[in-house]
Amino acid sequence: MKHRYLPMTEQDRAEMMETVGIQSIDELFADIPQSVRYQGTMPMSGALDEYALLRHMKGLADKNADFDTHTSFLGAGLYDHHVPVVINHVISRSEFYTAYTPYQPEISQGELQAIFEFQSYICELTGMKVANASMYDGATAFSEAAVLAAGATKRKKLIVSRTVHPEARQVLRTSANAWGLQIVEIDYADGVTDLAQLAAAIDGDTAAVLVQSPNFFGGIEDLRGIEPLIHAVKGLLVVSANPIALGVLESPGRLGADIVVGDAQPLGIAASLGGPTCGFFAVAEPLMRRMPGRIVGQTVDRNGKRGFVLTLQAREQHIRREKATSNICSNQALLALCASVYLSVMGKEGMREVGELNIRKSHYAAGRLAAIAGAERVFSAPFFNEFVLKLPEGSSVSAVNSKLLKEGYLGGYDLSRDYPELAGHMLVAVTEKRSKTEIDEFASALEGCL
Amino acid sequence: MKPEQSLIFELSRPGRSAYSLPLCDVPQDEGLGSLIPEGLLRSEPVLLPEVSEVDVIRHYTSLSRRNFGVDNGFYPLGSCTMKYNPKINEDVARFPGLSKIHPYQPEESIQGALELMYTLQKDLAGLTGMDAVSLQPAAGAHGEWTGLMMIRAYHESRGEVRSKVIVPDSSHGTNPASAAAAGLDTVTIPSNDKGMVDLEALKAAVGSDTAALMLTNPSTLGLFETQIVEIAAIVHEAGGLLYYDGANSNAIMGITRPGDMGFDVVHLNLHKTMSTPHGGGGPGAGPVGVKAKLIPFLPQPTVAQNEDGSFSLDCGGPESIGRVKAFYGNFGILVRAYAYIRTYGPDGLREVSENAVLNANYMMHRLAPYFEIPFPGVCKHEFVMSGRRLKQYGVRTLDVAKRLLDFGYHPPTVYFPLTVEECMMIEPTETESKETLDGFIETMIRIVKEAEETPEIVINAPHTTEISRLDETQAARKPVLNCSCG
Repeated sequence: MKHRYLPMTEQDRAEMMETVGIQSIDELFADIPQSVRYQGTMPMSGALDEYALLRHMKGLADKNADFDTHTSFLGAGLYDHHVPVVINHVISRSEFYTAYTPYQPEISQGELQAIFEFQSYICELTGMKVANASMYDGATAFSEAAVLAAGATKRKKLIVSRTVHPEARQVLRTSANAWGLQIVEIDYADGVTDLAQLAAAIDGDTAAVLVQSPNFFGGIEDLRGIEPLIHAVKGLLVVSANPIALGVLESPGRLGADIVVGDAQPLGIAASLGGPTCGFFAVAEPLMRRMPGRIVGQTVDRNGKRGFVLTLQAREQHIRREKATSNICSNQALLALCASVYLSVMGKEGMREVGELNIRKSHYAAGRLAAIAGAERVFSAPFFNEFVLKLPEGSSVSAVNSKLLKEGYLGGYDLSRDYPELAGHMLVAVTEKRSKTEIDEFASALEGCL
Repeated sequence: MKPEQSLIFELSRPGRSAYSLPLCDVPQDEGLGSLIPEGLLRSEPVLLPEVSEVDVIRHYTSLSRRNFGVDNGFYPLGSCTMKYNPKINEDVARFPGLSKIHPYQPEESIQGALELMYTLQKDLAGLTGMDAVSLQPAAGAHGEWTGLMMIRAYHESRGEVRSKVIVPDSSHGTNPASAAAAGLDTVTIPSNDKGMVDLEALKAAVGSDTAALMLTNPSTLGLFETQIVEIAAIVHEAGGLLYYDGANSNAIMGITRPGDMGFDVVHLNLHKTMSTPHGGGGPGAGPVGVKAKLIPFLPQPTVAQNEDGSFSLDCGGPESIGRVKAFYGNFGILVRAYAYIRTYGPDGLREVSENAVLNANYMMHRLAPYFEIPFPGVCKHEFVMSGRRLKQYGVRTLDVAKRLLDFGYHPPTVYFPLTVEECMMIEPTETESKETLDGFIETMIRIVKEAEETPEIVINAPHTTEISRLDETQAARKPVLNCSCG
């Protein structure tokens, strides 16, 4: 049977071989030394017909619990928000998803404009002057921000709050090893960065203070308090933000951040076991030419018509090779498109409303769950849509979650995985999707699983 | 002339909206200020456009029509492997059980996802001849960086300081950039007159400071390094490791494997070889395979199978380079790549490479009378040719590329590799029919005739696109990077 993706017929093959002047296909590989030729069939999974493959994939999918089969109170950096229906329709336009990077602007204006609009949206949300076309994810954007800050200040010390997502801090550690950067971690007090400890750690060698707000515990950091501390020593303030929270929370740009990064997953991007998502990256104007990644700019064509191109490429690897600002040569264009469509759908009112729904529903849930006998909220700092719940003495979050799973719930994140001192503490996320009934029933189920 | 394409912000009319949100069914008698201190709330609303759902769909449909993808036509972009993106891959990746899942769910509730990742790790190891694979890197350049970090950690674990990464002058720009990002220095060596690694130059470059040689094989010239066995020996004898840039793997599946050639680390671009869509610039995935001695350094986590047959995440040991990305890699892309592998199986993948290579050789032979082929003989999945003969008519390779747009083709990669003057790098892939190749070839021949007879037609191209050539200098000198509509 002829394979459905391979149009070459036997006759085509014969004609083409004749043009090339060969008798057998093997002659095309005659330059490969015999000693390294592969003999036989590679040890890989076998082929399936289309129907069998659909069945097989469905079988794998059915072994997973998902947001449709289970009610999720799990967040910790990746959230179960409502994804407007139109998003999948837009990103399923194959002119978008089967295109390469827009290197030929005359036939790529659609993608280039989409990225330009994404950059505009990110600037508007974060309150920053310049944004790039996107990064792999929030964690790598965070790490690139640290590298940029070290380069811009010519300093090697980075002060990072322990309330930053543990995986973002792990990626930063890997990167810091490569660049020879020093990382100092600051503890938390009442669920947010300990300002006294932070103030004591900052000195003239400090390149940047890196915080996340809302932070990993859901708490909103006191950026107004942090900003003067680092700017006093001419270091930079790097803020990792949850973009959906920025519909209601003050923008980091207005509060003095120099670099704002984050993951756009809450903006209409499927959870997909954590990837692909889309990192965003925005900076104050003086840092523009140090930014990693692709950037789209507006210009005009020969007839004076508005158009868009990839620009500031003198920063990038294909021009600068080892002197590039980063080795990144792609972005997450299709996911950036998801985020743009999400923001277009939500608009000014929708972003405010979804933020408010997250706040109200999570605060209702916080009160409801804290009422469980023996459970309590341990931090009093203001929070957005996620909070820390201490389960009754002796409870194991992972054991409770296994029981909740059988009841149809994805329970909250087990904080003991990253914070040994928080054994028995669950990080609970409540998005706009959760109804009052679901929250009430979850509270009862949780009580039953203790 | 069509009217200018509006920005979404320019469509905004106060009072319109396109959203529908769940009801607020929890008590809301208190103001928001009682839940969050006023000082933390936004002082001004986010100035996003106010549009209806129809506006959104029309706007993005209009943008999509101003974009060119593989589904629109032939896309012979060298080293990018713009093959057909199978539709079944898109469908299965959207199954709720594969798309609406959270990485922190209890392991017992993501066994299907972990099984898929485990099988894919094994399949990619089998394809490349490696002993273990990490699926974590998000892209090819990310895979390169991950691989170099492992190489660096390996040398350091043996108490050796090796800081030099050797790359040929035809290498991808990401190679030296990734080396720099891994804290390593790059040494560039010239190619010989056959476009291959110059063994004498390599011998002179290796030493006790050599961390690795990074090689794309077949190279960016579309040539197989015939002396790969000798190259591997030279690098290994000097104590260095071999890094395989898998960008050009579409040429060799089932025919030869990096592991058998002597490579110690390899990355694959699933968005090239394994047919996952490029998405207009991403997302991709760049898994990394290693030989056994490098397994301790793999990034965390990988997927392991337990004795009872179940699967779990293995966070590795103390020698791991750590984490390179949040969570477990671009899972949605891994799903598509896995579906692709299961569509072909190992023998089918060999046929993929055979057809890709025959297509490239056919095009090279038919275009040879009209362009200079700097390295004649057999090519692999792609070839380079020089347009410098057309310079006498005032026509540059860029002009030929722009003229192709008028005929509905995406141009080849141009001006890369830097080692070939007025370079065009053509990669047809296996999913194109002979008629498509012939159509492109005839068009190229026509453009050559135009260059000779009426060069201004070529020089002023494109003529049929909605936008003519753009002023890139102005874009870089006076950057306008957002619409400042807010």
